[in-house]
Amino acid sequence: MTTVENLRFLGRRIVNAVWRIGYASRFFIMILFYSGTSFRRFHLTIKELFSSGVMSLIIILVAGTFVGMVLGLQGYETLKRYGAESALGSLVALSLVRELGPVLAALLFASRAGSAMTAEIGLMKATEQISAMEMMAISPMARLVAPRFWAGVISMPLLSALFSAMGVFGGYVVGVVLIGVDQGSFWSQMQAGVDFQHDIVNGMIKSFVFGVAVTAIALFEGYDAPPTAEGVSGATTRTVVESSLTILFLDFILTAFMFQGGVV
Amino acid sequence: MSSQALVEIRDVNFAYDSRPILKGVNLTFPKGKVIAVMGGSGCGKTTLLQLIGGALKPSRGYVKIDGQVIHKLDHKGLYLMRRRMGMLFQFGALFTDMSVYDNVAFQMREHTDLPEEIIRDLVLMKLNAVGLRGTHHLMPAELSGGMARRVALARTVALDPKLIMYDEPFAGLDPISLSVVGNLIRSLNDALGATSVVVTHDVQESLKIVDYIYFIADGVVVAEGTPAEIRSSDKPFVHQFVHGEMDGPVPFHYPSSNYEQDLNLRPGR
Repeated sequence: MTTVENLRFLGRRIVNAVWRIGYASRFFIMILFYSGTSFRRFHLTIKELFSSGVMSLIIILVAGTFVGMVLGLQGYETLKRYGAESALGSLVALSLVRELGPVLAALLFASRAGSAMTAEIGLMKATEQISAMEMMAISPMARLVAPRFWAGVISMPLLSALFSAMGVFGGYVVGVVLIGVDQGSFWSQMQAGVDFQHDIVNGMIKSFVFGVAVTAIALFEGYDAPPTAEGVSGATTRTVVESSLTILFLDFILTAFMFQGGVV
Repeated sequence: MSSQALVEIRDVNFAYDSRPILKGVNLTFPKGKVIAVMGGSGCGKTTLLQLIGGALKPSRGYVKIDGQVIHKLDHKGLYLMRRRMGMLFQFGALFTDMSVYDNVAFQMREHTDLPEEIIRDLVLMKLNAVGLRGTHHLMPAELSGGMARRVALARTVALDPKLIMYDEPFAGLDPISLSVVGNLIRSLNDALGATSVVVTHDVQESLKIVDYIYFIADGVVVAEGTPAEIRSSDKPFVHQFVHGEMDGPVPFHYPSSNYEQDLNLRPGR
């Protein structure tokens, strides 16, 4: 390829990327605009809460327990060197509610519920179900997209809280039951070390933001998917990749704002 | 075609990017009639339905339904107009997460405040009209292609539309299902006092059920007439289409470079 062709190719990629960002932003605004139905006819949102939230429970609870158990083991090994084993409860809880709970729950949610949302909307588009709805004078944004969006936004903080709770339980099982850390120290250190406003509320805010990002990306990719088998599979992959990177990027930004006082 | 027109399509032009699809077509669909629009694959038949439904806007000309220019309607006006239309998609486009019953009831629940008991009766009546009352509890995945098309037809006429559009309703059906769907299109149109537009390739089935036929090729209307006129037409395009001839005005070969050159054959070899 000549230099001119390379430049033309690059220019086209940039224009396409800018166009796509604009289209995604418009899509997000449309979701908010059509959100009234999701609350007026809340049973539509509840149905989606079941498929995205309740159906994700198993993976969230099991993963949360194992992450807590690993934290218990690793934390104990590290704290023992400084004779601070009693602080294990505080370490497990803070790690979970501040970081691991919101981030890992969001990553799991993107892989399990986000990819399912993309595939479902993409297939509905490929099989003309969305066009059929449009032709029936029923807005797919109001009837399909907005309820799924709010279901994702509502379920994400709840799943994150459950992930953290199961993680604390896993840490307790390993630290107190298996290794023998004093039970009273474990819980009292946790109670003293975790601040409701600073740690738990900030963790919830993080998971709410992740919920907005993951669900919006999943729905946009599904709605924008080319109506072919390859198009839907590509969109599903993009959902997981884009959501994961967005979660990690947003986590850094939010952590910098929320916890900078403690770091700097 | 003397009856009052429900749909008027005048000088409609449409292109996908720089590829022209329709180049000034004029069609009229009178009230109460069943009209077929035929033509080869990619000639713009489905595009025409999308223009009538307001999913696409013409680059020139207009589509008028009941006196209203479709592409000039705002979002609310378009949705109000669409509530008077029904469209049967090529493969039914049934909602796969809903039962047959819920598919047919969908529009009634969305657009009306009818109590569930009345919706139940209406759904069973619509399913009975297409001969599938006994399938109301099944999911779309449990239906055959012909049955799915008939359920989709029941859903299409759920709110008694004034204009019914059919996109390739006979595609992929066995001869019995094909005949059943063809007869249903005619009988439902007459029972509802609606106007139907059937976009199809199936000449023989269409000639049995429609009142008037338009042939589209190269973006323009190349022939039109009643089934009797079409059967006796000596226009080369119509003759080729009706009799399924391999070559004629519609060439068998897609335009390409010299065949011998492509095979690297030299003269004398």
